[in-house]
Amino acid sequence: MLDKDQIKQLRRMKEKHPMPEQAPQDRVKNYNEVPFGYDADTAIKEATRCLQCKEAKCVEGCPVEVDIPGFIGLIAEGKFDEGIKKLKEKNNLPAVCGRVCPQESQCEAFCIRGKKGEPVAIGRLERFLADYELAKGVETPPKPPSTGKRVAIVGAGPAGLTAAGDLARMGHEVVLFEAFHATGGVLRYGIPEFRLPKEKVLQREVDYIASLGVDIKTNVVVGKTITIDELFDEEGFQAVFIGTGAGLPMFLNIPGENLNGVFSANEFLTRANLMKAYLFPDYDTPIKLGKKVAVVGAGNVAMDSARTSLRLGAEEVHIVYRRSDKEMPARAEEIEHAKEEGVVFNLLTNPVKIIGDENGWVKGMECIRMELGEPDDSGRARPVPIKGSEFIFDVDTIVIAIGQSPNPLIPQTTSDLEISRWGTIEADEEGATSRKGVYAGGDIVTGAATVILAMGAGKVAARAMDNYLKTL
Amino acid sequence: MLFESSVLINISFHPHLEKDFFIIMANLNVKKGIVKEVGFCMFKIVKKRVLADVSKLMEVEAPLVARKAQPGQFIILRVDDNGERIPLTIADSDKEKGTITIIFQEVGKTTMQLGALEEGDYLSDFVGPLGQAMELPTTGRIIAVGGGVGIAPVYPKVKAFHEAGMEVISIIGARTADLLILEDEMRAVSKELHVCTDDGTKGHHGFVSDILQKFLDDKSQKIDEIIAVGPLPMMRAVSNQTKPYGVKTMVSLNPIMVDGTGMCGCCRVTVGGQTKFTCVDGPVFDAHEVDFVELTRRGQMYLQEEKVAVDKYEHECRSGGGR
Repeated sequence: MLDKDQIKQLRRMKEKHPMPEQAPQDRVKNYNEVPFGYDADTAIKEATRCLQCKEAKCVEGCPVEVDIPGFIGLIAEGKFDEGIKKLKEKNNLPAVCGRVCPQESQCEAFCIRGKKGEPVAIGRLERFLADYELAKGVETPPKPPSTGKRVAIVGAGPAGLTAAGDLARMGHEVVLFEAFHATGGVLRYGIPEFRLPKEKVLQREVDYIASLGVDIKTNVVVGKTITIDELFDEEGFQAVFIGTGAGLPMFLNIPGENLNGVFSANEFLTRANLMKAYLFPDYDTPIKLGKKVAVVGAGNVAMDSARTSLRLGAEEVHIVYRRSDKEMPARAEEIEHAKEEGVVFNLLTNPVKIIGDENGWVKGMECIRMELGEPDDSGRARPVPIKGSEFIFDVDTIVIAIGQSPNPLIPQTTSDLEISRWGTIEADEEGATSRKGVYAGGDIVTGAATVILAMGAGKVAARAMDNYLKTL
Repeated sequence: MLFESSVLINISFHPHLEKDFFIIMANLNVKKGIVKEVGFCMFKIVKKRVLADVSKLMEVEAPLVARKAQPGQFIILRVDDNGERIPLTIADSDKEKGTITIIFQEVGKTTMQLGALEEGDYLSDFVGPLGQAMELPTTGRIIAVGGGVGIAPVYPKVKAFHEAGMEVISIIGARTADLLILEDEMRAVSKELHVCTDDGTKGHHGFVSDILQKFLDDKSQKIDEIIAVGPLPMMRAVSNQTKPYGVKTMVSLNPIMVDGTGMCGCCRVTVGGQTKFTCVDGPVFDAHEVDFVELTRRGQMYLQEEKVAVDKYEHECRSGGGR
């Protein structure tokens, strides 16, 4: 236990306890996770930095309403078993969230300790507890009495897994449909192994969701294999949650985009992550990568693509982004990691044309320099091309990571579902759509956003669906 | 109800479990009556037929897919947990039996591995039906052209026309007589069947285009639509051949795919100057609008890797490691 002086000292400590991680020169040669996580000692010390505010602001920043001072207090007392229970009251996927949540703009942004110095490392502490439980064996909470109501969840990504877990814990019979052969959605196909280990972490949390009584059916493309109308009319489901995400890749619509060697980030990451192309030929799916890679875009997906390229053996990897560093949408930590690993940032640079060789493979990309003008609709400075500044970027592989739009499969095949002009499903703040009994949440409603926002939407919708099911 | 809950089903999704183990599990579960739909966790090969040399037919248990399958659509399968996802056209489907028929040629590692499986074996994944069903004209004179293993995707379309009471003239061809597939099946649903082989071992000595040309030149009878499926060079040739005659020509494309639901864009193809995703917008397109040069080039993206995979597989087979 810590003595009074130690506690006093920790309460004054301005910085977070650093989390040890693999050195950049080592980690670019492997797919192992970059940070190692806190040990118990460090976790207790970091937890002691928490002031245990009565009206904790951090909770306001958490889309899934975790009792943050509650679980941190239990860590500080060394009560890890109780801590994980507290955490899991609200969050079914803590090991995932502790790794991929943008805590700096959520819970930690509200932490009072952040006013003078760094906030409490809430994300790292969450990860610590989750890993602690994974290491010792995950406990399944007792099954609630069955309500006899049947709920279908479409899409086993963050929104769907969360909604499924919560609804099962409320006593409903839950069937979760996934189009791919494996669960996780973007957690599986999008986020790389070195940020979120698949077997060690993701699969374990999915197993936990299944252990709550959720029946997972992979290889079912709702909208094709079965429609939402049929789930109600023929399969006897009383409510449906749609969490199908933003699965349609956007392209630049510039000449040469269909040349060999141009990937959407979705394709690139799906090959690498879901299909494990980095283990080719032990795994059957290959990935074609040249020596010099340009990743267009500067969000988390772009950083993941760039860092994956390095690990696949690219000699040089560039981020190409039309705005400046201030506008980059990726998490600060991801940008930092990418820079450490040697990714080169080409800012205020916009591709205008992709150039192919005589065999139709990429051999270069014509770009134009940009400058920042007046703010645009998004409130960010509008990038304006500088006339005559065109130049040829010598690259042989291009990954387009400029965003995704919603997958139209379900909107196209479901009756009475209101769709916005961007292709997203219209839903109120509780996730209720225009069709009775149909709820939606995550990227299919908001357009491409974060894992935790999707989880929050899944949680809120689960509560609303529970209320709705009670009225039946 | 198709979606009975069963916790045991989840076991089969765990990637670490050996295939044999979960076959046993699936069998046990069926006996106990726990798993109502075996098709969910495993996809059993209930029939296998060697059509010609390296062309094989399999009937796979996939009741959900069979319930919805329409001519023109395809499935994606994975042989095992390390496998790649490959698209194959639905050659036939049987709602009552809950089966889907696929026909494939052993051209790469995955199809070789698939071809080595026998009746009673299971595939780890089988998803569909994907893509748009083909729009079937209800009147008029139709010519169907199938080349090599491309006869397989042509067959369900001709069968659908036949069942709708329309008369179809079919032209099928292969390099040599041993490679001709589905001749009897095609004959049963066609008004006329013309057979050709490149080497003259059966039927007309020459290409499908020779026969097609006769019909194009015959001004006495109008052709309303041509459906052509086969190797890319054949589809391209047919497209070039029919274009000057202004006869609507549809082709079914089979580019490299990963997810098959519009998520990755790997299968993009330029049609009428616009980028389309074969998996969600196709796979059937107006041949005269398709950029065949680009399509051919994109199809060759992984030739090197395909060879690496085949070499490794053959080596493993020889040393007894693989199937």
